Amino acid sequence: MSKISLRQLKHSYLSNPSRDEDWALKSMDIEWSDGGAYALLGPSGCGKTTLLNIISGLLVPSSGRILFDDEDVTDTPPEQRNIAQVFQFPVVYDTMTVYDNLAFPLRNRGIADSDIGPRVSEIAHMLDLENTLQSKAAGLTADAKQKISLGRGLIRSDVNAILFDEPLTVIDPHLKWVLRSKLKEIHRRVGSTMIYVTHDQTEAMTFADQVVVMHEGTVVQIGTPIDLFEKPHHTFVGHFIGSPGMNVLPCNFVNGGPRFAGHPIETAGTARPAAGYSRLEFGVRPEFVSFCADGIPVEIEKVKDAGRYRIVDTRNGDVRIQLLVPEGASVASGSAHIQFDPAHTQIYADGWIVSEPAP
Amino acid sequence: MKRYKWLAPTFYIVFLMLPIYWLLNMSFKTTNEILGSFTLWPRKFTLENYTTIFTDPTWYNGYFNSLTYVGINTIISVSVALPAAYAFSRYRFLGDKHLFFWLLTNRMAPPAVFALPFFQLYSAVEMFDTHIAVAMAHALFNIPLAVWILEGFMSGVPKELDETAYVDGYSFPRFFIKIFIPVIISGIGVAAFFCFMFSWVELLLAKTLTSVAAKPIAAVMTRTASTSGYELGLLAAAGSLTIIPGAFVIYFVRNYIAKGFALGRV
Amino acid sequence: MTQKTTHQKAWLLVTPVVVLVAFNALIPLMTVVNYSFQETFGNNIFFWEGTHWFEEVLHSDRFAASLVRQIVFTTIILLIEIPFGVAIALSMPRKGPWVSVCLVMMALPLLIPWNVVGAMWNIFALPDIGLLGKTLNSLGFDYDYTQQPFSAWFTVILMDVWHWTSLVVLLSYAGLSSIPEAYYQAAKIDGASPWAIIRYIELPKMKRVLIIAFLLRFMDSFMIYTEPFVLTGGGPGNATTFLSIDLVKVALGQFDLGPAAAMSLIYFLIILLTCWLFYTLTMKDEAQ
Repeated sequence: MSKISLRQLKHSYLSNPSRDEDWALKSMDIEWSDGGAYALLGPSGCGKTTLLNIISGLLVPSSGRILFDDEDVTDTPPEQRNIAQVFQFPVVYDTMTVYDNLAFPLRNRGIADSDIGPRVSEIAHMLDLENTLQSKAAGLTADAKQKISLGRGLIRSDVNAILFDEPLTVIDPHLKWVLRSKLKEIHRRVGSTMIYVTHDQTEAMTFADQVVVMHEGTVVQIGTPIDLFEKPHHTFVGHFIGSPGMNVLPCNFVNGGPRFAGHPIETAGTARPAAGYSRLEFGVRPEFVSFCADGIPVEIEKVKDAGRYRIVDTRNGDVRIQLLVPEGASVASGSAHIQFDPAHTQIYADGWIVSEPAP
Repeated sequence: MKRYKWLAPTFYIVFLMLPIYWLLNMSFKTTNEILGSFTLWPRKFTLENYTTIFTDPTWYNGYFNSLTYVGINTIISVSVALPAAYAFSRYRFLGDKHLFFWLLTNRMAPPAVFALPFFQLYSAVEMFDTHIAVAMAHALFNIPLAVWILEGFMSGVPKELDETAYVDGYSFPRFFIKIFIPVIISGIGVAAFFCFMFSWVELLLAKTLTSVAAKPIAAVMTRTASTSGYELGLLAAAGSLTIIPGAFVIYFVRNYIAKGFALGRV
Repeated sequence: MTQKTTHQKAWLLVTPVVVLVAFNALIPLMTVVNYSFQETFGNNIFFWEGTHWFEEVLHSDRFAASLVRQIVFTTIILLIEIPFGVAIALSMPRKGPWVSVCLVMMALPLLIPWNVVGAMWNIFALPDIGLLGKTLNSLGFDYDYTQQPFSAWFTVILMDVWHWTSLVVLLSYAGLSSIPEAYYQAAKIDGASPWAIIRYIELPKMKRVLIIAFLLRFMDSFMIYTEPFVLTGGGPGNATTFLSIDLVKVALGQFDLGPAAAMSLIYFLIILLTCWLFYTLTMKDEAQ
């Protein structure tokens, strides 16, 4: 059990990184508190897996340190870090039985067979693998195999953290939630830190207490699912979280107040961007846009039915604005007027939120 | 241990190169030097052996003959194997498994068993001593192999590709040529490589089925070795030249060789 | 694998293959079967001989001797080439510029015409002017493959190892490179030793390609003709007369068509049966 800290961590797969995009991970400082359930969320290629592999020790970072509690483990090999890692595709030792698979990490450490037996039964019980202990691992279903690879991590009594790299990718849809609730249950029971990499926001939101959103090698926001939804720190988070994503619209300042297409808009905070930005926008989620009698004029282009609500695509000039209308409410066609909820409207300069001190 | 890992492949490659080096070495020596002394490299470097080969039609025609029947064989094998491999990878039909196994058994037939019957068969249909006869005979071994390799590649292509194309109104031949073949082009490359390889290296059948007009280079060499005494330099030069087409072909498919072997069902 | 649909028209697609292969396989095979039951004195006059030729071949010491030589040869080269090939593949780099270089150089022997292989080794091993022969003799070994059966066997086996180990290497290497990186990462986290990685990850994952390697090497070595024929001509004496060499001697040399045909069929059946047995046994193990 331990807290994991990353200090000014940077990584590049190239030997001589020079440009900004040569870095798979740009400088990051994160603390993962002991026993937390984290989700690492972001699109493919944003550096999630790189970060995970650095924590488990499969990769040594180009610069920066990793600390488990206060011990520097940057140069410690993976087998000495007491990490469990579950990969995207199930990894089991095909020729071994489930029992031998689970016992493998302990045997590699030279632990006596008499001590291994009880430990294996305990883990097998926890993962519901008792009935298959004596069968060959190769013949099992994908979800059972994922449980085995998880079990090989849990078998060590002193697991520091359990890392998941999109572990549900190859699991049948109807088994996904079964396995996911199993993971939550294990988290409660074992209490170790869990980091769960995914590009699926639903998975991230249901699993984690804290979601870490990554974009192009940088952590753009760490927060609870509600934080991410209500107050995205970066327009990327606004786009990526929520369906449909946040409206990000251009604006400019006239007499100290933001304006969109000539109309003044009200925002949550009163912070104003410092000079020197190149792009100024404001963001508001479709949930917080509504029709009104007198507001910003738009043309209604399309109405999509999405079950409990409808998504309306509108257009003001070249700018597309989406809004959600509850089921049953009538939607006019042609021209209409819309308004934004000031409590949920934020200003972004060069992508970063300005309602607060910029990160 | 990891630091010395490269030693094994290096020694192995040196072992592979030694006989080839010796052959090249011999090919640049004069007959006198070969028979008179043991020298690690040619003291009197000569291109005479190569000149002989390039100026004597019986020699260089041998090369053309070999390349011709190998080319014909590769084209026949791959083009008939393509639709068959598609059928095996996409459809279940009466006797498919038995047919597949029967095809593969032909790969297990010793050429020595078939040499004489082939001679009689192709003489009977008056195709003896033609390039096409050799190409057809080699097709017996190469078609099963090509079907097998291509089937492996095709099974890796999702079926949705076919279905989408049919929904879009493609006819089967148009879909096959316009869409499917470009997708599995690397598989075709690998299959062609293996057809080339087995046809190029085989001699027993090629020799049995030809006398003058289509005589392969390898058979010309055998004649030299046995009739006109032991002209080792000439033999070595001819041998060295037969390595070139192979080396050329390998270079082209170097990135696919490993993949081609890995696919294909057992 | 994707789900297949039943579709009898697929036969149309396999027809060209069936026609071509049948023309090449069935007619000659029928010829062989035909000869194997008959006796001819030329002029296309045949007499029914029944199973006479088969009995003769099966009882002949000459066939038995060739068969034993063939089995010994195949066993030896399988015992050398498979482990050796796997070992080389395991020690090859997995990525980087050297991979292509290694693959191209290693594949080279596979593309040399078989009689050139024979001729090359003939020159290479000559006791007076060949690099191998001269070196061995100057090291104090009494080596002459044209005179001594042991030297001849040594040379034929070394030549086959030279010629075909690369096939095993390429196959094993293909099997190795299809192992996902995650297996190695998991093994690292589990603290597996290098030997455990070979034993529990690499060898099991190579099983499928190793079966192909074994089958191909078994078939081809059992059918070997050209290389030893050019190298030793089957000699000295009959020391390296393997089945195919013997068969060609009987069929084309002596024109004893009946016995040659019977011998061909027995020969073919041995290969088929062995392959089938090996395949069924290894696959049965897989199914469990």
